[in-house]
Amino acid sequence: MDKKIIQLEKRALKVREHIINMATDGGCFIGASLSCVEILVYLYSGFLNLSKNNLKSANRDFFFLSKGHDVPALYGTFAEIGFIENARLKNHLKTNDDIYWHPNTKIPGVEFHSGSLGHLISVAAGVALDCKLRRSQNKIIVLLGDGELNEGSIWEALLVINAYKLDNLLIIIDRNQFQANARTEEIIPLEPLDRKFESFGCSVKSINGHDFKEIDEVLKLFPFENNRASVIISDTIRGKGLPSLEAKADRWFCNFTKNEINDLLIELNSGKKTELHSETLTVR
Amino acid sequence: MNYERILLEQVLEDERFIILTAENRAALRNLPEILKNKFIDTGITEQTMIGISAGLALRGRIPVVHALAAFLTMRAFEFIRTDIGISNLPVKLVGSFAGLLSEANGPTHQAIEDVALMRGIPNINVFCPADENDMLLGLPKILEYNKPFYIRYNNMKPDVEHTEFAMGQPEIFGDGREVAILVYGALFGQAYSAKQILESRGIEVKLINMRTLKPLNEETVVESIKNTTLIATIEDHFINGGLFTILSEIMAKNKLSADILPFAFKNKWFKPALLNDVLTFEGLTDVQLADKIEFYLITKRVKANA
Repeated sequence: MDKKIIQLEKRALKVREHIINMATDGGCFIGASLSCVEILVYLYSGFLNLSKNNLKSANRDFFFLSKGHDVPALYGTFAEIGFIENARLKNHLKTNDDIYWHPNTKIPGVEFHSGSLGHLISVAAGVALDCKLRRSQNKIIVLLGDGELNEGSIWEALLVINAYKLDNLLIIIDRNQFQANARTEEIIPLEPLDRKFESFGCSVKSINGHDFKEIDEVLKLFPFENNRASVIISDTIRGKGLPSLEAKADRWFCNFTKNEINDLLIELNSGKKTELHSETLTVR
Repeated sequence: MNYERILLEQVLEDERFIILTAENRAALRNLPEILKNKFIDTGITEQTMIGISAGLALRGRIPVVHALAAFLTMRAFEFIRTDIGISNLPVKLVGSFAGLLSEANGPTHQAIEDVALMRGIPNINVFCPADENDMLLGLPKILEYNKPFYIRYNNMKPDVEHTEFAMGQPEIFGDGREVAILVYGALFGQAYSAKQILESRGIEVKLINMRTLKPLNEETVVESIKNTTLIATIEDHFINGGLFTILSEIMAKNKLSADILPFAFKNKWFKPALLNDVLTFEGLTDVQLADKIEFYLITKRVKANA
């Protein structure tokens, strides 16, 4: 296992490099992308029954990225596992490709477009419902942001998921403590979050979302209980890996200069804080 | 044959079909017991029902989803646009109690912008049957059509025999050249009767039952309105974005001009009451329609002779 964890950590580092490289020439939602790297890397490194060859198969697993603005993390992962060419990431925001600030199904591996928050939990529930009807053993996973939990459609979907006992559905919350402009608890407090999900009929577990060992242990337990959807509250840090960005309210959407990107790549490996001068975009 | 029966046969014959409702079971009373897990009631959750239907369609299903038209097309509008429109998944959206059929419910329940909203979404098509017979003729072809469709459910009892349904093709009654009446949905019966009244007064009328407002064979529309003295559009919808707008767009595109008399709700909701009383209050009975059309023609003739 230790050997596998070292490999996963190497892969996560590469994905973070991809994310940083997308934070220039127009920029990206870098903070929220950096917080969900370990989860995505783990899911796509053998946990999900998903490969380049079975993307059309009815028996494959399904992963839905509901917090669509984290798509640099998804595409970075796709590049590392070979769903897309590494070089294709250079097309970020270019009109010759479909790699923009939110996911597009033209990219192999993207199950459904997202960007509008609060949608993919119900889309994932539809897939889970169909798998149940067909008695098919697929795993269906949807990743939500914690800010996204403000959307009423999430809680509406949970009522229906509970009614139909969709225990083949795993809902992961990237609990990085921030929504766009401020801490969640300062705007719309979510705690006690585990009890909220439990009261909606889910089986809930919390982990450190940056610790592969914890991720591995908890995912092996899925489905947590019969007749209940599983929820993982993945405690994470927005901007994880770059101390100059970590847990900073004003580092949500960033568009850095080339020099800053170079320094951030050094920071990723050394922890040496970068001096950032680029304007912070808190509204987009 | 009725609506429920057609759905039942589809689901039993073709495993792709699955019925959903946001707790609107008026047209589906007998289905839960027979269809069992192919009948999914999501409760009063229009948005979630649409998201779930997208997920089911991703797995190859053809969901036929039901809700009150006002809540289906407006509460869940962005879900329809984003989950069904962008993905172009063949979900069938059935809105009940649309337009005048909401009767005495009041403005909260009046879906009289549904056509404008649904036709405005790329990939989403719109079927507004004139009555139950018209709906049942179109339904099998709409269900088979591999595209999303909004169906303005209408189970009014028919006064006339309808002809076979062809996708995008309006149904035409008569070949009068003086007045062309374009109509869809619940007001078809009044329009049909108005045609007979006008004819009894010596006015030649052609009546066009639009059926699908999208897709629409525009050539048929152009051909049917050409050289008519007056075109009347009749719809239980706001005047913006519905049939009057569709006609205006077609005419502008084809460099046509004509006298047009639109019957629609102009920047207001209609008076909530039982259907016959609403019709009278809003001036939409057959006699009222015929009188206004005849008055327009007389006025036009007087002006021309002045």
